[in-house]
Amino acid sequence: MIDLHGFGDQLLQGAIITVELAFASLVVGLILGLLGASAKLSSIKVLQWIANAYTTIIRGIPELLTVLIIYFGATSVLMSVASLFGYDEYIEIGAFTAGVTALGLTFGAYATEVFRGALQSIPKGQHEAATAMGMGKVRKFYRIILPQVWRMALPGLGNLFLVLLKDTALVSVVGLDDIMRKANIAVSTTKEPFLFYSAAACMYLILTIVSMVAVHYMEQKASRGIKRA
Amino acid sequence: MEFSVVISYFPRLLDGAWVTFQLVLLSIVLGAIFALPIALARISSSPLVRVFPFLYIFFFRGTPLLVQIFLVYYGASQFEVVKESIFWPILREPFWCAIIAFTLNTSAYTAEIFRGAIQAIPVGEVEACKVVGMTRVQMYRRILLPRAFGIVLPAYGNEIILMLKGSALASTITLLDLTGMARTIIARTYTPIEIFLAAGVIYLVISMVIIAIFKQVEKRQNRYLGPINVKVPDKG
Repeated sequence: MIDLHGFGDQLLQGAIITVELAFASLVVGLILGLLGASAKLSSIKVLQWIANAYTTIIRGIPELLTVLIIYFGATSVLMSVASLFGYDEYIEIGAFTAGVTALGLTFGAYATEVFRGALQSIPKGQHEAATAMGMGKVRKFYRIILPQVWRMALPGLGNLFLVLLKDTALVSVVGLDDIMRKANIAVSTTKEPFLFYSAAACMYLILTIVSMVAVHYMEQKASRGIKRA
Repeated sequence: MEFSVVISYFPRLLDGAWVTFQLVLLSIVLGAIFALPIALARISSSPLVRVFPFLYIFFFRGTPLLVQIFLVYYGASQFEVVKESIFWPILREPFWCAIIAFTLNTSAYTAEIFRGAIQAIPVGEVEACKVVGMTRVQMYRRILLPRAFGIVLPAYGNEIILMLKGSALASTITLLDLTGMARTIIARTYTPIEIFLAAGVIYLVISMVIIAIFKQVEKRQNRYLGPINVKVPDKG
């Protein structure tokens, strides 16, 4: 058996942090994605402009840079805002918060495009039928539109989640105790980099496989109303 | 906000951008060269041939690029055999380690893109090739690969931009690419927002240039799909 020098449980703890980070960012990203898509499809020019700027900027700069900007930049922004209100203590945001913000923003930017495509793929007749049945805007959205958008968007969102899962490794650079950082710590004491980075790679692969299977089942459940000939 | 720092350190950032450019260019060229045989093996009819590219692609697409870089840069040095081999002068250099990791990574993604493009070519065209008596090599060289090249372009442009963004990870193995240079400057000036934003703008500009280039190439490559411009002679 492979000897992990007692760092096995450390790596597992790291895996829990990685999964927590991935899910927290997923939630933030899904909300941002839906908001972004609604803004892009809205008739208000300013909202369209903001959403376009958001997706262009976030998708054009490296994820690592986003993480670094949020982690190092948010502190000074928060402090200068707080000092306007007369609060001069040192404010620090943690690596986890910075990670969720950065990865959520990234996921949201890509999810905006996925949701926009899905929203546009719903025939106009569906909207009209729902309105004709007397549904209000909100009810129409969660009864008719959202279930269909969900089905259309799931494959794209699944891919984005796999990307997100791998991007979580970047947050180790600012000191979050995820799989990657636990592996770094283990390497610095045991001097066996190949062993521990391979172990980390295996853990990411397992997480990837589990997510792929989960997405597959969710896709099947979401499209149960659609029979394949 | 003090943007005078950006102006005084801008030449250094451009030095970093040059390293980023070299990293991206070398790894996408090498990656594309490796990707073609991987893609062709991936669509082989023999399951034994298919399984290796499948595992290769699965590993490189399923693990973070950061792990892959660390495996090459730190991992290789665990073994005395590697340290004594002729490859050590290369594996000692962070630049070449980054190139190796990026090339392996992008070749896996590119292989999948190539495979998708080759499989997207209608069966009728393959049949037509066989009917006119082309050999396999002729079919690939004359019909399938040029056709695949046109199909591949949009996805391949995206892959290059992903590689550009991935290249920021080179800064984690002490390379002074655009991100690495920004971090070095910040360590001295302590102005994270200004310098990181400047680096972000440079990345944005590079991506926009890549997008513009690909639009042109795509237009040229797929010009047979565009609107037909036939000059109708005036009725005299």
